Amino acid sequence: MIGLEDLYREIILDHYRTPRNRGELETPPAQRVEGFNPLCGDEIIVYLQVDDSGVIDDVAIGGQGCSISQSSASMMSVAIKGRTIEDARKLIVAFKGLMSIHETEIGGDGSEAALGIELEGAAEDMKLGDLEALRGVVKFPIRIKCATLSWNTLAQALDEAAAA
Amino acid sequence: MTLPAAIKSDFPLLDQQFHDHQLVYLDSANTSQKPQVVIDAMADYYENTNANVHRGSYELAVRATAALEGARAKVASFINAKSVSEVVFTKNATESMNLLARSWAETNLRSGDAVVISEMEHHANIVPWHMLRAQKGIELRWIPVDQSGHLDLSSLDRLLDGAKLLSVTAMSNVLGTLNPIAQLSERAHAAGALMAVDASQYVPHMPTDVQALGADFLVFTGHKMLAPMGIGVLWARAELLDAMPPFLGGGEMILNVTKDGFTANEIPWKFEAGTPMVAEAVGLGRAVDYLSDLGMDNVRRHEVELTAYALRTLTERHGDKITIHGPTEPAERGGVMSFIYGDVHPHDVAQVLDQSGIAVRAGHHCAKPLMDVLGTNATSRASLYVYNDKSDLDKLADALSAVDDIFSF
Ligand SMILES: Cc1ncc(COP(=O)(O)O)c(C=O)c1O
Repeated sequence: MIGLEDLYREIILDHYRTPRNRGELETPPAQRVEGFNPLCGDEIIVYLQVDDSGVIDDVAIGGQGCSISQSSASMMSVAIKGRTIEDARKLIVAFKGLMSIHETEIGGDGSEAALGIELEGAAEDMKLGDLEALRGVVKFPIRIKCATLSWNTLAQALDEAAAA
Repeated sequence: MTLPAAIKSDFPLLDQQFHDHQLVYLDSANTSQKPQVVIDAMADYYENTNANVHRGSYELAVRATAALEGARAKVASFINAKSVSEVVFTKNATESMNLLARSWAETNLRSGDAVVISEMEHHANIVPWHMLRAQKGIELRWIPVDQSGHLDLSSLDRLLDGAKLLSVTAMSNVLGTLNPIAQLSERAHAAGALMAVDASQYVPHMPTDVQALGADFLVFTGHKMLAPMGIGVLWARAELLDAMPPFLGGGEMILNVTKDGFTANEIPWKFEAGTPMVAEAVGLGRAVDYLSDLGMDNVRRHEVELTAYALRTLTERHGDKITIHGPTEPAERGGVMSFIYGDVHPHDVAQVLDQSGIAVRAGHHCAKPLMDVLGTNATSRASLYVYNDKSDLDKLADALSAVDDIFSF
């Protein structure tokens, strides 16, 4: 039987209780993107500050939501801070793979369709670390959208940062 | 108890387990379960009566037509409509409200005309008006909701000044609040406006008399009142329906069609284009019989009693942690209880309850403007119907303790 302990792993509850990188960044220079889950009203705000060399030098998370959406956002913020935009995109693909979502399109527009396929292979070497704890979400299909909300929002923020 | 003790056994779906626990269904405000007699009535229609309606001269088609029109007559008498022709079948309450907006309001409202709704409306009674605002430039005005979960009517005169329509829910699907519809109808009429009622949460739970409510339009949806999904009702006074243009065009809704144009059918068929959902209507008719046999006064009494028990039990067991929204007096509300448990997110509460076989809804309940008023973006909601009993509420109270085990920081 699938138990709640598969969903509410200790590390998830830890990120929920003590969210990392919680707050706001000044815009500009940071990008600010909001994401909504229309199903439940959860809301995530991702602030992303990217330096000239394409490295995410700061990130902040706002909004409110359930333990899964909030802990996923918190872990995501830790995972992408200090990484390049390109690595962050690979992480998105790797995370969505963990959620059993295999998309060919990761950007907001169609232009990255090809890139998505290419990244899928590359994403295999991306270390998800703590994020692995969210693996159990797959057994609770309606919660997958909670877990991916911040990642979809990040994808949009990366597009905007790259375009800026 | 005012309803038969064995009533649960009328509902086959309730007899199953989830996660090794007997199902406790507390989501009837979302959709209700169906008694065997409704399921059987629909199967019987397909086994014995099915034919297209209003267009066959053979005996079977006559019977199918009689089944559809018989269901309409049952619904008309259930809500005390003056005439059977005032009952228009639609797909659901949402379609009924859109029919009202597209046909009546689009014809009668001009740019700058006001429609008054409340902050506790379901999106079904908000979005059609937003759409009409975008299309015609109508003005949308909002009756505020106060801290106790009631409508704040102190500025109603000002809001109604120059308004063409007041459209309000009879019972909130989030707070359970019963609104004073008869009084609101009077105030609307005094101001020269018509009165529309979203009775989606009211007709299933209360004796309903459209004439006593003084309404001009009233909408509800079958699936929340023991009937199947896919059938809803728009009731309106016959004069209004007569004057309204058709909503959808096609078969059934015409008397005559030539190359130059068409003549619309009489009401209610004028608004029922195409082959209707006959089995669903039959199911609704049977559900109405079932509810009438129970007696709507008994249904209401049962729910007031259970709501009082729920409010008392949850507060006694979890008083320091639980916040239940809406009126505190059971007689002023229906059996819809939105609650917040500590600082645990409603999604997580619902997930933990599901593990004990308890079905509650978590989310914004299609009432986002109300969520803003409550200062949250979601609640957990337990809602009651005829098949619920005290043991269901005891189980809810027990299972809430498990939320602490996981989330007490
Ligand atoms: C108050 C209220 N109005 C309208 C609706 C819409 O009902 P339906 O989805 O069946 O059209 C609902 C139910 O979701 C409701 O609770």
